Amino acid sequence: MNTLIAITGLGIFCLLFEILNLRKAIVPITIIGLLGVLALNYYEFGSTASYYNNMITVSKFSTTFSSLFIILTIFLVALSHNFYENHPTKISDFVAIKIFLLAGGVAMVSFGNLAMFFLGIEILSIALYVLAASERLNLKSNEAGMKYFLMGSFASGIILFGICLIYGAMGSFDVAEIHESSLSAELPIWFPIGMILMIIGMLFKVAAVPFHFWAPDVYEGSPALTTALMSTLAKVVAIATLYKLVSALNLVPSLDNQDLLGTFETIVVIISIASMTVGNIMALRQVNVKRMLAFSGISHAGFMLMTLLTVATSAGVLLYYTAAYALAGIAAFSVILYVCKNQDNEDITNFHGLGKTNPLLAAILTGSLLSMAGIPIFSGFFAKLFLFNQTIQAGYIALVIVAVINSIISVGYYFKLILAMYSKEPNQERTGKPFLIYAVAVISITLNIVLGLFPSLVLDLLN
Amino acid sequence: MNVSLILIILLIGAFATYFAGDKLASKVALLFSLAALGCSIVLLNHFYAGENISFVNAWINQPKISFALNADGLGIAMLLLTVALTPIIIFSSFGNEYKNAKGFYALILFMAFAMTGTFLAADGLLYYIFWELALIPIYFIALIWGNGDAEERRKAVVKFFIYTLAGSLFMLVAFIYLYTKAGSFLIEDLYKLNLSASEQLWIFLAFFLAYAIKIPIIPFHTWQANVYQKAPTVGTMLLSGIMLKMGLYSVIRWQLPIAPLAAKEYMNIFIALGIAGVIYGSIVALRQRDLKKLLAYSSLAHVGLIAAGTYTLTIDGLRGAVLQMIAHGFVVIGLFFAAEVIYRRFETREIDEMGGIRTQSPKFTSMFLILVLASVALPSTFNFVGEFTVLYSLSQINVWFAVLGGTTIILGAYYMLKMFQNVMLGETNSKTFADVTINEGISFVAIIAVLIFFGFYPKPITDLITPSLETILNVINKN
Repeated sequence: MNTLIAITGLGIFCLLFEILNLRKAIVPITIIGLLGVLALNYYEFGSTASYYNNMITVSKFSTTFSSLFIILTIFLVALSHNFYENHPTKISDFVAIKIFLLAGGVAMVSFGNLAMFFLGIEILSIALYVLAASERLNLKSNEAGMKYFLMGSFASGIILFGICLIYGAMGSFDVAEIHESSLSAELPIWFPIGMILMIIGMLFKVAAVPFHFWAPDVYEGSPALTTALMSTLAKVVAIATLYKLVSALNLVPSLDNQDLLGTFETIVVIISIASMTVGNIMALRQVNVKRMLAFSGISHAGFMLMTLLTVATSAGVLLYYTAAYALAGIAAFSVILYVCKNQDNEDITNFHGLGKTNPLLAAILTGSLLSMAGIPIFSGFFAKLFLFNQTIQAGYIALVIVAVINSIISVGYYFKLILAMYSKEPNQERTGKPFLIYAVAVISITLNIVLGLFPSLVLDLLN
Repeated sequence: MNVSLILIILLIGAFATYFAGDKLASKVALLFSLAALGCSIVLLNHFYAGENISFVNAWINQPKISFALNADGLGIAMLLLTVALTPIIIFSSFGNEYKNAKGFYALILFMAFAMTGTFLAADGLLYYIFWELALIPIYFIALIWGNGDAEERRKAVVKFFIYTLAGSLFMLVAFIYLYTKAGSFLIEDLYKLNLSASEQLWIFLAFFLAYAIKIPIIPFHTWQANVYQKAPTVGTMLLSGIMLKMGLYSVIRWQLPIAPLAAKEYMNIFIALGIAGVIYGSIVALRQRDLKKLLAYSSLAHVGLIAAGTYTLTIDGLRGAVLQMIAHGFVVIGLFFAAEVIYRRFETREIDEMGGIRTQSPKFTSMFLILVLASVALPSTFNFVGEFTVLYSLSQINVWFAVLGGTTIILGAYYMLKMFQNVMLGETNSKTFADVTINEGISFVAIIAVLIFFGFYPKPITDLITPSLETILNVINKN
């Protein structure tokens, strides 16, 4: 709870910087502020409490995921310094929006009431719409913002409709009360229908097939930093919220009451397989790196959805997977931001010969792609391992085999980029060594490897 | 003192090499690889003294994964093969100039680290991690420092990577399945499992896919010749000398004891696949014009025979296979090095453009001849011991296997000697062939000394590996 208040306060503070004309100091001060919030959050860790008539509940799940979101935001804010160099007048707005977005994300994982959940999702989404369209003189960015806004508000509407139906069935917005009444006796049919609508809305936010159509265009059109944010922070928030929704609303046992459980599981399996396969196959043919990572994100969403099959036990696995994926994503995007700065597109040709001109960043990008592809000793491998282990134990061996085949396919496009860096001749000179970009890239890939060497650090937090 | 020390030396060596800078990299790498060799010999003495040099430490609690290294006779033999060949490989590259040498030598040591780990790991997942880790350095070595057209090389290397990764991912699924049954990845727990016949078959096949691609066994060999040709000679040596032994070793260590029923049931099919590789490799080798490709196919033939030997499930077959693995490791590195020595002088790998070297360099000719003869398993060389034992074990299963497998010796003798004739004999070549340098000579002499010494006296190695092979056979035959 304190975390949420502190984050919101920090966001307002950021807006004040504009007035006080302290733009130059905004990035370091915000980072320090976020580190403070992280410490605050750590202090809350392990306690369970609920505030404001159960509007917000703090639990282990919410605090650990909030920590992950805060860490990711720190990285993203650090990257802003270099990214908004050319628009110094806007930087406090953009940083403030990112902080508000974080507030939305924290609200989404710590909701105790569906109203709060909806509030969180709207704060997050509106911040994202603005950021997607933030390059207002760029046609593509405008298109991305508009597209995302139209599709996103549609999804929000569906979620709202679902919440209404659940209210109609249960007579409450309170998650604990809904949970309790779903245990008892006959449930009206409105409850599962409402749940399905909410899940559809969330799948849209996660960008799972068949609700993924917005993702490639929006990722490609948005400014690169916003894409980084969408593919790491926003995706992780959405999947964690979906997981919390399914587990907190007691969906699985209540469906069992009505013999719908089998259907639910089949649907999850189908969506997960479809997301992995469509994402991977589409990614193979992309020449734009942001678009490629959009499709790769879709396929990773498919992997993460596998945790919904074992909701009771897989919170730790989900945390580990999201952390591994997001850290690799941050490392990859910081290199992309460096390489594609002052370029008008993010095509693979920009990366030609990076292994020769800048071996360190090339190695970092290679590492993060290897992590996404699931090669040991990077944490992406362990994420997949734990996920597969969990899923095989639940008896879905066929799903795991499909996932394995998809992992093989994914190597194809990740390696396309690696090949471009190491086996092509460099076609341009790059000068300057922006400190913050290097720092973010090195720290995030190091964290990724540390998670790979000591997986228990994260895995045991939620077990 | 335990075997983890070797891994630490190699890993630190890799980093030290990278930070030593381009000029010193090769020397630092050589130093660390020799240190690893020295340490392994000390450890061998400890092992003979009856000390426990294995290493077990808990790593991840849930799922339970431990950092377990097991050094039994078989593991130590493979460890020695790796750490003995690594300095030779590094030393053999001293005549070449490499761009970005620090990265190159660091990757070689890192690969030696990963391969050593694969041979020692006693925890399924740890083993898998090392297995995969070994793939990354060779990918970059072949991609960045390889030769030939960049586009073709890229295709060959990516194909190799995706092939091997695809195979090993199925092995990973098999391991996870075994974990759900046994509750542990430790090899002794996996040995104790009682799996039904159909489970064993699936697990056997999943392992087979990984190993058949790595070894390679027909029909999974298509990546091999191209990668051997395109990779720099050091990469080819690492691949053919050590890395493919990982597959053969894993068959003995993991595949057969974990799925013995399937191994027994379908034994003939897998032996036949191995023998098919022998015949196919030999016939294709006959027609090669590129020296490295010829050696690649001859290696395919020899390895097919080793694989057939492991699948016989007899002590002779396993012992012969391990002996031949070690012998083949040395001889193939010697042959590829000879090809490199010729390339340094003639800048060609086409056999037609060679010839007439004998008159210019009798020293090189005699060393090359010894290697060729060892490779065709002439009695009194190490390869004879291994190959003969394998053929004997095959004849116990079915005499026709031995007859067909024996063709490898006849055909091998034919194409190797024909190659020797074309490359070395004939009229004096118009291009000058400088005599072998001292550095080159040392590598050759080291390899030849090993081949001949163990050819006459293989007992130390047989004594080392037989007890652990017997333990494995007991596991295979327990039910």
